[in-house]
Amino acid sequence: MQTVEPVLACAPLPNVKEQGRFSPYTNNGGTVIAVAGKDFCVIAGDTRMSEGYSITSRNVSKVIQLTSKCVLASSGMQADIATLHKLLLIRLEQYKHQNGREMSTTSIAQLLGNTLYGKRFFPYYTFNVLGGVDDKGVGCAYSYDAVGSFERTPYSSSGTGQQLVQPLLDNQVAKKHQPNVLKVDVSAKEVEEFVRDAMTSAGERDIYTGDHVEVKTVTANGVVHQRFDLKFD
Amino acid sequence: MFRSDYDSDISIWSPQGRIHQIEYAMEAVKQGSASVGLKSKTHAVVAAVKRASSELGSNQQKVFRIDDHLAISMSGLTADGRVLTKYLRNECLNHKFVYEQPMPVSKLVVQLADKSQVHTQQSGRRPYGVGLLVIGYDENGPHLYETSPSGNYYDYKAQAIGNRFQSARTYLEKTYETFDDATPEELIRHSLLALRETVQTSSSSSSSTPNEGITSKNAVVAIVGRDQKLTIYENEELIPFLAGIETSGAAAGENTATSMEE
Repeated sequence: MQTVEPVLACAPLPNVKEQGRFSPYTNNGGTVIAVAGKDFCVIAGDTRMSEGYSITSRNVSKVIQLTSKCVLASSGMQADIATLHKLLLIRLEQYKHQNGREMSTTSIAQLLGNTLYGKRFFPYYTFNVLGGVDDKGVGCAYSYDAVGSFERTPYSSSGTGQQLVQPLLDNQVAKKHQPNVLKVDVSAKEVEEFVRDAMTSAGERDIYTGDHVEVKTVTANGVVHQRFDLKFD
Repeated sequence: MFRSDYDSDISIWSPQGRIHQIEYAMEAVKQGSASVGLKSKTHAVVAAVKRASSELGSNQQKVFRIDDHLAISMSGLTADGRVLTKYLRNECLNHKFVYEQPMPVSKLVVQLADKSQVHTQQSGRRPYGVGLLVIGYDENGPHLYETSPSGNYYDYKAQAIGNRFQSARTYLEKTYETFDDATPEELIRHSLLALRETVQTSSSSSSSTPNEGITSKNAVVAIVGRDQKLTIYENEELIPFLAGIETSGAAAGENTATSMEE
């Protein structure tokens, strides 16, 4: 069978570079993590915003508390992150008005997936990680791609530091590749300290991760906010 | 209210310069169960009677949260009120999205009034048959507004609308000068006392079902103010406030002045 080559309207002219198209997207960098425990979830995100090799801000939040039981952290393009967060908050308010209660974490997970797919052909440049406790009080974390494909996972990371952090999570949280090590229940405090270490490690080698880290721990009793410093280089 | 030759359509003026359809719509508000609103220098309160269609039915919800800083109570065609509630909620959310701050109460009320006015000037559309008492708190302090099917809106220190509103208004007229410096608890107390005036209290010579006045089942109170997010009290939550206004004997008009001094 013959293969058909695509035919151009005219041959590309030599020595003429195609004009740089305007790109509506940029990556402002940063790393986000979520680790779910038995009855809690720890969500963290750094606060550095970058453009190219410059830092545009050392104190921009990527993490937002959506309900008393659910926190969202997003990396990617800050403009899309901010708008996505605002939009979700509005949808949650509308749900509260219509149903007289907050949206459950599992429902929010679906809502986020649907919202992202709604812009399948001009996506939100956001890489999301959702964390919280479900209706039964069990900790949960969800990972997303830019167009809304999502999955419930025990832990997740996203952003420019993902490739540094995810293998660490695999090894330490899921005890992968450690044949004789038993997985035991961990407390929220232990996870918080581990997440702090993970972010610090990411900050060491990823130039786009640094400055400060926001950590939010969700339990059935609500959300606790913490913050610590990373290196400023 | 009398029938007239000039009341068949909203777009017809009477020779006296009135549009009867609007006035008839305002009558619908007077037929609804009562709402009472009042404010101090720091808080605004609204209280309402939740009528039940029968013993078997639930009590009609009357007070609705619009936003963290805004609530309304409706009297009249509650179906119209529900639709307006949806509109008000949406407007508040849109405003918050665009301006990143809560919607100023006066702005929302003007928007609602303008929307209501449209229905008084187009044939084929009828006015909304509901009056609202809007309470809210923004950077200009606490607010209380009344909106009406006519498309008018009024800024009030205290107001009552709905069935037997005049009884509540009489109480408010006697006591409003103390509202400015009242505490939130005192404001709620006044609102319930005013509300009680609109509900017939039981008497030994009353007909088949003696009325128990306002109860935790048929009343609702909402308060918003400085350092106080909108809070709505109903059912069990209302019991402590109702206990606070219990006075022995009937709540006749003359007694309210003295009970206030207790």
